[in-house]
Amino acid sequence: MTDTVAAADVLVGDQPSRAGRRLPLSWLGAVPFFAYVGVFLLLPTGIVVFEAFFTAAGQPTLENINALTTSVVIQAFIKSITLSLISALLGAALGAVLAYMIASGPPDGMTRRLWTAAAGVLAQFGGVTLAFAFLATAGPVGLITLAVNNLGGDLTGSWLTDLIGLIVVYTYFQIPLMVLVFLPALDGIRPQWREAAESLGGTGWQYWRHVAIPLLTAPFLGAVLLLFANAFAAYATAAALISQGGIIIPLQIRIAFTSETVAGQENVAKALALGMIIVVAIAMSLYAMMQRRSARWLR
Amino acid sequence: MAAMTTSPIRQAPGLRARKARRLRLIRWFLLLVFGLIFAVPLVAMIEFSTRSTDLTGPRTLEYWRQIVDYPDLISAIFASLELAAITAIGALVLLVPTMVWVRLRLPKLTRIVEFLCLLPLTIPAIVLVVGWAPIYLWINYFTPAQYQTSPLVLAFAYIVLVLPYMYRSLDAGLQAIDVPTLTEAARSLGAGWTTVMVRVITPNIASAVLNSSLLAVSLVLGEFTVASLLNYVNLQVAMNNLQQANAGVSIAVASAALLFVFILLIALSFVGRRRRSGGVVEPFPSGTGH
Repeated sequence: MTDTVAAADVLVGDQPSRAGRRLPLSWLGAVPFFAYVGVFLLLPTGIVVFEAFFTAAGQPTLENINALTTSVVIQAFIKSITLSLISALLGAALGAVLAYMIASGPPDGMTRRLWTAAAGVLAQFGGVTLAFAFLATAGPVGLITLAVNNLGGDLTGSWLTDLIGLIVVYTYFQIPLMVLVFLPALDGIRPQWREAAESLGGTGWQYWRHVAIPLLTAPFLGAVLLLFANAFAAYATAAALISQGGIIIPLQIRIAFTSETVAGQENVAKALALGMIIVVAIAMSLYAMMQRRSARWLR
Repeated sequence: MAAMTTSPIRQAPGLRARKARRLRLIRWFLLLVFGLIFAVPLVAMIEFSTRSTDLTGPRTLEYWRQIVDYPDLISAIFASLELAAITAIGALVLLVPTMVWVRLRLPKLTRIVEFLCLLPLTIPAIVLVVGWAPIYLWINYFTPAQYQTSPLVLAFAYIVLVLPYMYRSLDAGLQAIDVPTLTEAARSLGAGWTTVMVRVITPNIASAVLNSSLLAVSLVLGEFTVASLLNYVNLQVAMNNLQQANAGVSIAVASAALLFVFILLIALSFVGRRRRSGGVVEPFPSGTGH
């Protein structure tokens, strides 16, 4: 302990002259990071944003942006937003119920530990594996499909690779994500507040109506926005489930991206990507706003 | 007045106990229902991969055994494991020194470094791929011909994808220790900067380093978007390609990979528990894994 103090004293005494000599060069230590991020994060983002307004030959153009107004792309945007919104609302509602069930148990209990671990794992369960899991469940020869058919129902058909199927599959990873983001908010609601409400003669309904729900509104809306962005940005699951076609925007980008060699279409993928950036940016900035609001009350 | 105040109190214990019992019952019932719903697709996968003909035949491990008969698949598994290791180490080498240096000498840059590290959360991977394509053309141009198809170059992109998760985890680790004092003590004893990073700072944030590396590994093993669109074959792409030829084997591999990542993430939730009381794995928003 005394050694540390002595060393610190030496350093402090030493500081002015050394600092004076070294300060101009200290920024060098941050160069590798900024160079890397510049080349592999800012440059690609810049390429998407700027080249969306240029032809392959480098001429400024609005043709690529015009491609966003074709009916196919508008349909895809509508379907993407519908999918993201419905899966976000379903995921948020069901996830909030699940989170409440988890939070109302003992804070250090096995149930809670198991469920938070499971939610962490399931929220990241996506892509090809998730698509496979649902094909094995509800595909033409899936577990549920066969079970329903045996019972006399009819689940065959291509609903899984349609918008409704995507909503079901996306909700599967939205619910656990909701649990992860909403549990801290529920934990922030102190049991003392309920006791205070009860000791003042409030009923359970009044407690929820005037205390819990107003407190949880901002975190809940924030979570809906986060889930929306999460679903809107998702590509891998849909791509593995639907091998052709472009019912949602990420799949439209796949089509435009793989046919970039077609003359005049080179930068359409970038315009579509720019459209995605704008939607996600709006959702995420509203999310940040909600987070600031909930930070006032919780934690 | 007395009657009014005493009656609810007398009434309360019985009422509350009954209410609590009912709530506990509802709680268990709902948790069970949710558990079953989440289990169905996982069970279906296991069923599918352990039955000889789809879901009706006798139980067999034939599909699992056949995994080794597909050399493309095996090489893709190894490629993904190598990629995971390179990405985790690369991101650590990039982040740890920078974060320590910024804390010590360039505190004004803290905000901008944090912003840049968290930026990939708000830019979907599918968007970044579109921007990476021309950069990868350049990388290919400078790669020797025999390595042209090696998926290992994806590490450049993957480091960007794991930045937010690794940053958060490492930031929590660095916040828990006194970086300036440790560094000054080491420096005043004659340690160089490499020694400070490798032998002083890193051991002190060991659990954060492990935590963030496991996150990176689980993310890279599940990555499909970037690899498939840039035409490299990693585990997920190979699995997807095999789907048409042999659904049974591809689902067996998917189950195996999933099991591996589950174990990794559960291990992670226990590593992280010491620091964060909830033991929650950080969520992956913005469709990185989806």
